[in-house]
Amino acid sequence: MEVLKIATAGSVDDGKSTLIGRLLYDTKSLTDDKLEAIERNSKKKGYDYLDFSLATDGLVAEREQGITIDVAHIYFSTKKKSYIIADTPGHVEYTRNMVTGASQAQASIILIDARKGVIEQTYRHFFINNLLRVKHVIVAVNKMDLVDYDQQVFEDIKADFEKLNAQSSYEEQEVTFIPISALKGDNVAQKTDAMSWYTGDSVLDFLEALKPEQEELTAARFPVQTVIRPKKDEFHDYRGYAGKIYGNSLKVGDAVTVLPSLTSSKIKSIEFFDEQYDEAIAGSSVTITLENDINVTRGDILVKSDEVPHSAKTLTASVCWMDGKALIPGAKYEIQHNTNRVLAKIDSIENVISTDYSGEDSSATQLTLNEIGKVNFKLSKNLFYDNYTDNKAGGSFILIDTQSNTTAGVGFIG
Amino acid sequence: MSKILKTNALESEAIYIFREVVAQFENPVLLFSGGKDSITLVRLAQKAFYPGKIPFPLLHVDTGHNFPETIEFRDKLVEELGLNLIVRHVQDAIDEGKVTEETGKYSSRNMLQTTTLLDAIEEFKFDACIGGARRDEEKARAKERIFSVRDDFGQWDEKNQRPELFDLLNGKIEIGQNVRVFPISNWTELDVWSYIEQEHIEIPSIYFSHKRETFVRDGLIWSASKYVYREEDEEVLERIVRFRTVGDMTCTAAVESDADTIEQIVKEIKVSTISERGARIDDKRSEAAMEKRKQQGYF
Ligand SMILES: Nc1nc2c(ncn2[C@@H]2O[C@H](COP(=O)(O)OP(=O)(O)O)[C@@H](O)[C@H]2O)c(=O)[nH]1
Ligand SMILES: [Mg+2]
Repeated sequence: MEVLKIATAGSVDDGKSTLIGRLLYDTKSLTDDKLEAIERNSKKKGYDYLDFSLATDGLVAEREQGITIDVAHIYFSTKKKSYIIADTPGHVEYTRNMVTGASQAQASIILIDARKGVIEQTYRHFFINNLLRVKHVIVAVNKMDLVDYDQQVFEDIKADFEKLNAQSSYEEQEVTFIPISALKGDNVAQKTDAMSWYTGDSVLDFLEALKPEQEELTAARFPVQTVIRPKKDEFHDYRGYAGKIYGNSLKVGDAVTVLPSLTSSKIKSIEFFDEQYDEAIAGSSVTITLENDINVTRGDILVKSDEVPHSAKTLTASVCWMDGKALIPGAKYEIQHNTNRVLAKIDSIENVISTDYSGEDSSATQLTLNEIGKVNFKLSKNLFYDNYTDNKAGGSFILIDTQSNTTAGVGFIG
Repeated sequence: MSKILKTNALESEAIYIFREVVAQFENPVLLFSGGKDSITLVRLAQKAFYPGKIPFPLLHVDTGHNFPETIEFRDKLVEELGLNLIVRHVQDAIDEGKVTEETGKYSSRNMLQTTTLLDAIEEFKFDACIGGARRDEEKARAKERIFSVRDDFGQWDEKNQRPELFDLLNGKIEIGQNVRVFPISNWTELDVWSYIEQEHIEIPSIYFSHKRETFVRDGLIWSASKYVYREEDEEVLERIVRFRTVGDMTCTAAVESDADTIEQIVKEIKVSTISERGARIDDKRSEAAMEKRKQQGYF
């Protein structure tokens, strides 16, 4: 079945968890025992409604403070699709967790409290969705029940948001506005009579109709994860390259080039378990064998010979910083790009970008937790890479702190 | 006509994760309980490395209170696939005085497994332990990463997890640390059963409807066994039941069911109004039971 990954965004208390809970409830995905637990705990807290955030805020600290700290992944399905929704935190200090959620998503739902309208967190979250190039953004104007389902309130917020959208650098992004009440269920899984002036789809109908992203438009990339060499007689000379396909499909007979060695060969077979195929599409974890016996190891990338990306010992990227220790010029990090790791030195920080679209600060000397900025890197080795806008897999990387081993940041090349 | 691979997104993701484990770690192990999730993991691992063999051993932490059907099944699977199985016993930790057996009405060895697991990790210097936990099972598990770093004491620092972006998994650790890996994080219970059906995967007989001596406590159906504490007034009756989830006897409740084929099980799950872990006695201890266990090194 088709799987759709969605991330939520929006400030604290805008109703992200409630919306997810409502989707679960309306698609009958909450089992009786889970529902009873929510009812019991809502009552215990003295609420006269069901607090669905209890279904998603899985950590003790989250329930104690009534906030979402880390991403929770929630699952439900309809007859058409399986959905994976990332319930993300709204607080500024957990922006990195919001970025994590959005990086996996094919669609994003940004919630806005109808009473508050577009606020700073809306800017920030939309900016991140621009930067990450999440194709479909649903702007859900929530808590319409608290503004008498007033069309004017919705239209005003929509107009404000359109101003933001005009500044976005990602023109192909599709932004859809839906007025909802997550609590009451208006326009969540069903259309509501309360807002007859709204002629569009409910949130669920919109998601149901979404077509999967057309990844086929980008160059094929096959980062090699590991080499399969069975120690069995019948497979004595077998060398299979295990990996996942990104971008265009690969076919048997395709002329391919191995990066970084630039040796070329042809695809001899595409295998999945004990079957052979003529072609495999993006997202397939397969094993590929080549016509020639050439040296290929983990970290290498197979590409079509007429689609070789450029290579350099430097790169420039927008970096979203995720570590408490600030990023400063001169520091060394390990870059993990696909399955490859190279040592990198921070050459300079060009600027820190304001996530409210107000511009950038070129005098910045460091990048602190949750900040986004343009960074220049020097690499220890030549790296073959794409621009993120052309190719997501070939144009993104993480930065690993060589002392703490933690994932300190994420970069978008270009 | 050309033959194009039809990809199953969840299967493909799991295979990708398995391959990252083998590439990034020196000494991985698959935690095998004999339950449907770990059996599914074995099939996925087979696919990930075919035509090679599964390049890591299986570890079973044996509470000594298993369903005999599970152990029988485990040994058959290991034999058929030529796998390398390591078994470590909770009983040994009890005998050595490292842990104390729980007593009373709700006594179970489920918590004691953690010590045996951590000891085995140290004994074999495992740096990655692959488990079949799924995020849809329980709300603390919904917070888990795919690569979840644990310290020397096996502890989960749930408020300070590594960000996981795109497909980029960071398995770098220091000596003494290890990583718990969850390849089927994004699968639901129904996904697992549908996969078992589609792939014709064999599973232990206790998942299918059968007659069993049981008694009812707190609305759950418990197995009558010498390992399970029972009060005198808790009456044993033969019931037609099956198990939806398989831990050891002291922490897994049965459900009344006539489903005796995979197709019927899938049908049953689709209309079920109770979650899988609704039949896990270990989760009923408190609202935060799972989170607490995980902090201590449980998987
Ligand atoms: N009246 C009303 N209240 C809502 C609505 N959606 C959410 N809320 C309430 O707003 C509060 C915050 O919601 P929550 O889902 O926890 O927000 P989150 O921080 O974005 O996850 C809770 O008290 C909800 O009951 C809505 O549509 N109408
Ligand atoms: Mg929330």
